[in-house]
Amino acid sequence: MSEKKFSKKHEWVSLDGEVATVGITKHATEMLGDIVFVEVPDAGKAVEKEGQAAVVESTKAASDVYSPISGEITEGNKAIADDPGSVNTDPEGSSWFFKLKIKDKGEFDSLMSKEEYDKFCKENPS
Amino acid sequence: MGFEKKKRVIMEVQKTALYNYHKYLGAKFVPFAGYEMPIQYKDGIVKEHISTRTHAGFFDVSHMGQFFIEGDETLAEALEKIIPADLKNLKVNHSKYSFLLNNEGGIIDDLIITRTEKGFCIILNAACKENDIKQISKFLTNNHKYLLNNDLSLIALQGPKSVEILDKLIPGVANLKFMTGNNFNYDDEKLYVTRSGYTGEDGFEISISNKKVEKLIDYLISNEVKPIGLGARDTLRLEAGLCLYGHDLNEKINPVEANLKWAIAKKRKEVGGFNGWEKIKNLLAKGSEKIRVGIKPDGKVIARENTKIFSPDNNEIGFVTSGTFGPSVNAPVAMGYVKSEFSKIGTSIQLEVRGKKYGGKISELPFYKKSYVK
Repeated sequence: MSEKKFSKKHEWVSLDGEVATVGITKHATEMLGDIVFVEVPDAGKAVEKEGQAAVVESTKAASDVYSPISGEITEGNKAIADDPGSVNTDPEGSSWFFKLKIKDKGEFDSLMSKEEYDKFCKENPS
Repeated sequence: MGFEKKKRVIMEVQKTALYNYHKYLGAKFVPFAGYEMPIQYKDGIVKEHISTRTHAGFFDVSHMGQFFIEGDETLAEALEKIIPADLKNLKVNHSKYSFLLNNEGGIIDDLIITRTEKGFCIILNAACKENDIKQISKFLTNNHKYLLNNDLSLIALQGPKSVEILDKLIPGVANLKFMTGNNFNYDDEKLYVTRSGYTGEDGFEISISNKKVEKLIDYLISNEVKPIGLGARDTLRLEAGLCLYGHDLNEKINPVEANLKWAIAKKRKEVGGFNGWEKIKNLLAKGSEKIRVGIKPDGKVIARENTKIFSPDNNEIGFVTSGTFGPSVNAPVAMGYVKSEFSKIGTSIQLEVRGKKYGGKISELPFYKKSYVK
């Protein structure tokens, strides 16, 4: 069973051994509205913690998606680039953004739990 | 009329008469031209867009200025100095799309002007209305009276079912032709309805007192007309190839560059007598250096406002002024200005988005075919 954590920039990360899967939270998709464009990184790209890794655009605006954790991208989810609307339907399941091989598990541990994230969203309404 | 007094009020955030109704309908608000306006409701932009195209939607556009001018036979001539439409020959209850022009031929605002029994009614953009009135009043005399009527709301009803729904409530509106209007009775009050809009769909704009507007909305909602926010208003108008002032048009752009020379009356092009005519006459003969075009990115990338446009051999040739995802076209769409030699439909261009160049083509406007009743 993989463990799931959350960032203040509204990304989720689930860790399975050394490989993390990253996506945007349901709360983020509700703020963004209808998602119409997604750009995911290619395998091999190195990303820093809180560095820009992907792009998501709704009918309203373009937003960067940051990697909550450092590492090397192993896969970008091409399915969501082909069907951006699927991010609205299943943001925390099949519509993940990218997978990466992590460098430092400490970065993962320092992220928020589900309860902490829900509380964070309540205290920081957009 | 004291627009000076109203200017102080406009500094604070204003609300339309329907503000609480929007709240009740689940609107998300944004500040727009000094007003708190709904950007979207619960359904979201794409669903609102589609329901306007397939059924009908209503838009609260009461933030726009409803500017009435009355006067004697000198009025049309006075207004023609700043508006390049053929106002002298505009029939009562007929409307024209036109603009206010500055001395350089730049567009101060774009507008719809309708001849009324006593003069004219001009619908002005919310962000421009105070300045517009200042500019217009320069040409008015003691024989002319004007009023920005803030006691009226303005509701746009747009979409293929609009006519059937509104004619049940206000019999006779079905007989209006596109860009004409008339007075109708509704609930012991007179209201003014024009057949017009900003979505590429058939529809109406209803000028109604602030007191009665909620009742009208009750009726529309009971007929499954959805509330539509500014977000979908933007995607609808862009698919229809219609300009948004402050983005696609501004004081430094003239009607020839804006590809809107069709909106200057034929007679006026020849005879002139309006602000900026010398410059516009020249441009009409020679063509302008840059021109407004439709743009379709090749893939899914959205080229938003200020995206730089390049030729295939990497020379900068223009910029995007509006860009979004078009839900009915099911693809990204944009408008912008390019050097005229690149304006032919089908011309390949490049769009620089987030530092990367993406292919695109100059496209025909509108992106979405209209269905106006002529």
